[in-house]
Amino acid sequence: MSTIHVSTTINGAPTDFVCEHDETLLDVLRNRIGLTGSKEGCSSGDCGACSVTVNGRLVCSCLVLGAEAQDAEVHTIEGMADGPTLHPLQKAFIEHAALQCGFCTPGILVAAEALLKEKPEPTDEEVRYWLAGNLCRCTGYDKIVRAVQAAAAEMRGV
Amino acid sequence: MRYVAATTAEEASALLAAETGLAKVLGGGTDILVQMRAGMVEPALLVDIKKIPGLREIKSEAGGFRIGAGVSGAELMRHSAFATTWPGALEGFNLIGSTQVQGRATMAGNLCNASPAGDAVPGLVAAGATVRIQGPKGQRDCPIEDVPVSPGKTSLAKGEFITSIFLPAKPARTGDAYLRFIPRTEMDIAVASAGVCLTFDASGTCTAARVALGAVAPTVIVAHDAAKTLIGTKVDAAALDALQAAATALARPISDKRGTADYRRETVGVLARRAAQIAKTRAGA
Repeated sequence: MSTIHVSTTINGAPTDFVCEHDETLLDVLRNRIGLTGSKEGCSSGDCGACSVTVNGRLVCSCLVLGAEAQDAEVHTIEGMADGPTLHPLQKAFIEHAALQCGFCTPGILVAAEALLKEKPEPTDEEVRYWLAGNLCRCTGYDKIVRAVQAAAAEMRGV
Repeated sequence: MRYVAATTAEEASALLAAETGLAKVLGGGTDILVQMRAGMVEPALLVDIKKIPGLREIKSEAGGFRIGAGVSGAELMRHSAFATTWPGALEGFNLIGSTQVQGRATMAGNLCNASPAGDAVPGLVAAGATVRIQGPKGQRDCPIEDVPVSPGKTSLAKGEFITSIFLPAKPARTGDAYLRFIPRTEMDIAVASAGVCLTFDASGTCTAARVALGAVAPTVIVAHDAAKTLIGTKVDAAALDALQAAATALARPISDKRGTADYRRETVGVLARRAAQIAKTRAGA
């Protein structure tokens, strides 16, 4: 079977790649583009470690085919920091020690960024529900929620 | 496997019909891609329907709403007119999966996955929704409840696929609701569920009722005998007692790791009762 040629935009940069018909966007990002920030945890949409946005919508990149990215705008963790300047969420996660092993962190940061774009002042409950599809086996989530709230406050200029 | 993004409904249908191996539709992919990964299905052809014009749109039609088969849960929940008109049909769909899954999952996909526990289905059945199907011979419409025929199987013929779901105009003083029971607070499969849609007259008497029971039979149950217990009543305690007993009697559940048959029968009656109370409140009756 021939491969598929896909033209897309990743973190604002026009990007072309070829992939197998059944290759996931996660595998394309990691193995063909070299963007290894998105992690493979469960490969079934349960853990959220592969979270990216496609056309602004938060999705698991393990449940998207690379071929579906044609003409789309894909945003990954690699596009979060502005050069050496960390995003407020990234800073807050470090300051609040909202990670231990770090495997879930890129997915949680991408998911939290999508939340704050839509809801700049979420309640703790809203943060927890929004991030329910991002599993962290280390922190117990409390520090993650606090870090998201701290970043939200900073981004609101509070 | 071959991936093709169809650009018209006719093209998608022709591709599905012509494939000699297993041909599947790719909507949100939250079921099919997981099943492929697990080796449960090995399609020879995957037809992506999301590039077909109109399939990602929510349109007003005849006082109701036509929801394209590619519309995700995240898109539908942000459509305020739909959300305020059919909250019950929406809340079942939005219970499915995480934020990420809602970013892709579709109502039509949940319906065609044909799980007895599909959370999007009872609310749509209660609302009297229909599906539009594109096939090699053209389009046809059919009621939601006629799509699933057994766990994992639908009534769609080869080459047929759903292009949209239609929720009709909602009559005055009508409310709908969906409830399910799961042993945890989030992201689980229904042990039992109930969708209820009630219409009242100006005096507060119920004039029309639809009750759908989920996860208590191989397919969703359209519980006509349960709905009848409410018609002509004020949906008071006595009527709700009758509804609960009828729903329990109509359930034909299995026992599995999520619950015994007896437990499901009991639970589905309670859920039908509570959903009817919510539907009544939403109807303003």
